[in-house]
Amino acid sequence: MYGNAQIDSKDKAKSLTDGEDPIKLAEFEARITRGEKIEPKDWMPAAYRKQLIRMIEQHAHSEIIGALPEGTWITRAPGFRRKLALMAKVQDEVGHAQLLYSAAETLGKTREDMINDLINGKSKYSNVFNYPAMTWADTAIIAWLIDAGAIINQVTNSKGSYGPYCRALERICSEESFHLKYGHDNVVFLATGTAQQREMVQDALNRWWIPIMHFHGPPDKVSQHTEVLMKWKVKMATNDDMRYRFLDEYVPKIWDLGLTIPDPNLKKNETTGVWEYTEPDWEEFKRVINGDGPCNKERLQVRRWAEEKGAWVRRALLKAESKYTIPLA
Amino acid sequence: MNYNETQIKAVKEFLYKIADDQLIIGHRNSEWTGLGPLVEEDIAFSSIAQDKIGQAQHIYEILHSLGEADADTIAFTRNAAAFKSCHLVELPIGEYDFSLMRNFLFNHAEQIRFDMLANSGLEPLAKLAKKYRGEVKYHTMHANTWVRQLGKANEESHARMQTALNDTFNLALGIFEESEFADILKDLNIFPGEKVLQYKWIEAITPLLEQSMLVLPESSAWQPVYGGRKGFHTEYLEPMLEEMGEVFRLDPKAEW
Repeated sequence: MYGNAQIDSKDKAKSLTDGEDPIKLAEFEARITRGEKIEPKDWMPAAYRKQLIRMIEQHAHSEIIGALPEGTWITRAPGFRRKLALMAKVQDEVGHAQLLYSAAETLGKTREDMINDLINGKSKYSNVFNYPAMTWADTAIIAWLIDAGAIINQVTNSKGSYGPYCRALERICSEESFHLKYGHDNVVFLATGTAQQREMVQDALNRWWIPIMHFHGPPDKVSQHTEVLMKWKVKMATNDDMRYRFLDEYVPKIWDLGLTIPDPNLKKNETTGVWEYTEPDWEEFKRVINGDGPCNKERLQVRRWAEEKGAWVRRALLKAESKYTIPLA
Repeated sequence: MNYNETQIKAVKEFLYKIADDQLIIGHRNSEWTGLGPLVEEDIAFSSIAQDKIGQAQHIYEILHSLGEADADTIAFTRNAAAFKSCHLVELPIGEYDFSLMRNFLFNHAEQIRFDMLANSGLEPLAKLAKKYRGEVKYHTMHANTWVRQLGKANEESHARMQTALNDTFNLALGIFEESEFADILKDLNIFPGEKVLQYKWIEAITPLLEQSMLVLPESSAWQPVYGGRKGFHTEYLEPMLEEMGEVFRLDPKAEW
């Protein structure tokens, strides 16, 4: 589960193609226009490689960090049916991390380097996982609506240009569609259950609405940079496009269950067909992404603990004569 | 099944013991999700945990057909004294060496138990055991592969695995705590007995440990940790069960 890639505003727009061989660049762009996939050993501009590494790596980190808020509820899931389903779901998320680290490795960065950048705070992951899952109902809302947001993003990105990432995303999306069913089923049981259950799920929706609205990222600034990345099919849709698609598909379903969305301004403009809503606090988004969210420290501490505790196992797998090989894409 | 009252009691106790072990070790292994030394191990531990918990559920369903509560109520509302699990499965996950060695010792016992139960006179259990053998085969394969690798890789990993074996072995002997109903189960051709299982288990794990350069404690030092089968547990079980039932017990009548 993952939101849209964040473009680094510090990258100078014209640097994306600076210094690239114009003939190779033209061939590369023509291939993308024809709908061909770019494969690991093909020529690609340095900025394309850099942006994809950042994007796939962030996605992989989001999967592994995303396993934590839900993972803590595996031990508390009510009943066999939910317990087994949640275990399988969180396991899938870790499996997605495995697929994505491999896809990113094909671009020349090792899994170890990526994980080191994660625990050192250099690489980011999806902001939503810096919020706590306070009750069982939070896990239901996450599995339904966060995964729904992720599917919208991932289905879109699976039509992108980098072959290994697209193939990983196709597999991920088919698993995510089960998560969505699981999450929806879980929310339905709570929303149609006892008064206590209904209250739990409404509270969870209230807590998660802002992170959900943040999920696809702030409105994109239209820049030459964005245009190039869209032409290269690295970025496939604007953040607002994805947010609209999410609202269009899920707001009516949320309302159908009798739940209230905590935004009095949320409505679809009948004339324009566009969703109107209160802009979530983007300053909060920035603050949280830069480390000052309710769970940033805890998430990274847990990840660091796991890395440190597992280091001896990884050392024991190394052989003096073994050489690093890039995984198959 | 035309069993008399004592025979039914014997069967139920036997089923509880097997299912409780699986539920508890499955729950413990699920705690590795997101924390494993490699993402591949998170995934493996989770698969194994899902199998064990699913197996526990099915055995509780046999118990339900014998008049006990439904599987969810059995698993999520009993307190520690009602559990028949052995101490080995109850302990917290500790570090990977401990959890891996625990799996190795437990899975081999389980593999042999299900092999024996595949011909059991208790038909619903025999049917499940036949199915589970195929699942547990992969659990033992996983444990064997890792124990071999880590037992031999380097000084550090060898020392850790040997220590883990020393720490878990007497606890693992607790798996084979004999029931007061052992003779009944034997007479009914349900299960030949824990001593038979223990003997076969030692035979199975000895060569594997040798290949892993690990040394089984001297038999003079074997001190089985019993009590679990009689409802006496470690201090870790009750808090674990409270956590497991935390949401379910909010309203056991609610549908979750």
